[in-house]
Amino acid sequence: MTTRIDTRFAELKKQGRAAFVTYVMAGDPDPATSLEIVKALSKSGSDVIELGIPFTDPMADGPSIQAAGLRALKVGMTLKKTLDLVRDFRKDDNVTPLVLMGYYNPIYIYGVDKFLADAKTSGVDGLIIVDLPPEEDDELCIPALKAGLNFIRLATPTTDDKRLPAVLANTSGFVYYVSIAGITGAAAADANVVGDAVARIKRHTGLPICVGFGIRTPEAARAIAEKADGSVVGTALVDALKGSLDAEGRATAKTVNAVAELTAALAQGVRAAKQAAK
Amino acid sequence: MNIAKPNSYRSGPDERGHFGIFGGRFVAETLMPLILDLEKAYTEAKADPAFQAEMDGYLKNYVGRPSPLYFAERLTEHLGGAKIYLKREELNHTGSHKVNNVLGQIMLARRMGKKRIIAETGAGQHGVATATLCARFGLECIVYMGAVDVERQQPNVIRMEMLGATVVPVQSGTRTLKDAMNEALRDWVTNVHNTFYCIGTVAGPHPYPTLVRDFQSIIGNETKAQMQEIEGRLPDSLVACIGGGSNAMGLFHPFLDDSTVEIFGVEAAGHGLTQLHAASIAGGRPGVLHGNRTYLLMDADGQIQDAHSISAGLDYPGIGPEHSWLHEIGRVNYLSATDDEALAAFQLLSKLEGIIPALEPAHAIAKVMELAPKRPKDHLMVVNLSGRGDKDVPQVGDILRGKTK
Repeated sequence: MTTRIDTRFAELKKQGRAAFVTYVMAGDPDPATSLEIVKALSKSGSDVIELGIPFTDPMADGPSIQAAGLRALKVGMTLKKTLDLVRDFRKDDNVTPLVLMGYYNPIYIYGVDKFLADAKTSGVDGLIIVDLPPEEDDELCIPALKAGLNFIRLATPTTDDKRLPAVLANTSGFVYYVSIAGITGAAAADANVVGDAVARIKRHTGLPICVGFGIRTPEAARAIAEKADGSVVGTALVDALKGSLDAEGRATAKTVNAVAELTAALAQGVRAAKQAAK
Repeated sequence: MNIAKPNSYRSGPDERGHFGIFGGRFVAETLMPLILDLEKAYTEAKADPAFQAEMDGYLKNYVGRPSPLYFAERLTEHLGGAKIYLKREELNHTGSHKVNNVLGQIMLARRMGKKRIIAETGAGQHGVATATLCARFGLECIVYMGAVDVERQQPNVIRMEMLGATVVPVQSGTRTLKDAMNEALRDWVTNVHNTFYCIGTVAGPHPYPTLVRDFQSIIGNETKAQMQEIEGRLPDSLVACIGGGSNAMGLFHPFLDDSTVEIFGVEAAGHGLTQLHAASIAGGRPGVLHGNRTYLLMDADGQIQDAHSISAGLDYPGIGPEHSWLHEIGRVNYLSATDDEALAAFQLLSKLEGIIPALEPAHAIAKVMELAPKRPKDHLMVVNLSGRGDKDVPQVGDILRGKTK
């Protein structure tokens, strides 16, 4: 099975550059603006888009992404509407890889089989589900792989060499290396430490390795892109979005541009990265 | 229920932490290695006679166990049916059953070399117990508590601070126990290298539901021996309140295979089951939150709903996974009591027995008031008096004087 994710990373490898991966919350600050934001991400240089599924209790997320989820839920966002958003995005863009990222409960309640079928037909390429470690692979990972979706696993600083094979066993698309033990939006990791971790994981897999958590600026995105196959930025984009909202948390004329401008700057940073021998 | 009955109700969970479909390990990868370490450390500790001997010493001389099994003569007369015994967990050091579990977990943390302890708390009883044992063993203690609960359980906040703990009011979400648990998990993910998460109830990722149950089972084991001594036989029924369900599981588990013993868990029905409440089994369905699959209050999209109970300790939209299994398999009957019923029971027990219960076990007493009159006079009913009401005196006083609703 080849997904848009596999195709995109193969292209980037040919071009000899790292991927720029962006994250925003589906439905933040409202479904229509959110669709425009996702479109703007791909037009502004995002190579892979992660779309957050709103959840009331995001236990691995910091205050920015927690608040983004609550903004989306407040205007009635659901998992079904998240899939609708993907379907609408695919009307204009059939190449940019799109990954849904979130927590298991909304999917479990939607129904795993129905969700996988609907996600596939909507144009979703992969899933990152924070609270499904390899110990729970029977729940969603194995069915997702059978349905033709990538299941992208998180590896962390606590994932040692003994555990890595289990974490990588059913991973596909790419590996998401969480650069720090912590929640989203926390302090940045040192690029050299990240480089060592990426090299360690590379000894166990041929999959591309993207690094996220704590990357906020074009400089940081560039530094990480020199050590890994991709830089992931989420909280900084969510913060830019939030900064453009009115006092009631509603979108303004500036909202889409605020995200697009930061995306373009970050994308330039990633593209300026010198390619180490990877 | 058309579910095959197991040979024993006490053999769970399986090696992956499942009770039927419930339980499991639904946590971020960062935490998985530590959870596996904890499971290993607990298995080793259980097999180490020195660990049990040290626990027994502290349970006797520090906690003050065994707790009495007390015949509530005037309550029995008043209700005119079953003979009611109170398992006096409120007499433990720190004032509730929570200390049984915390002692066990703190001793595990010491074995694992962890010097920083975090905990979530609702009513503050688990927080107080954790702060107490951290003081006793010289460990750093951080307690996450919903900002709403910080307000309504001030006496316990002051106690925790006097014991040297840092109490962090949690402002996210509904600002109650569920959000305190989210915040504790966020702290744990961030400080996983030096931090032990002392969970207060029979919930969370495997092995927590099992180890908390095991540490609390001393309640049921003592009850069995005490009832044998007093009445020469098993009790006929057991009643306990349930938020996450640790006091209930501790009382119930040793009796699960005694088929003559009727078992009742009492959830918090808040304003009533058709309005805001905290009864996950009565009003919820299976979902995944805080590391386990269990009955949860949620909407059609799988978003977790706000719970409500007058009692901060029961104000949680989930329940321990083993309770969910015992419900589905039909071994335990899950009932619920409203805020008003609990308040009435709180006053009745105070006036008839001179024992001011916490609002949590007042929910259990409320159902005893319904169940006992329908049972014969030779029926032996045990209710777990899981905590004392000192912490609730300001809140209940305000309600009775009509200051708040």
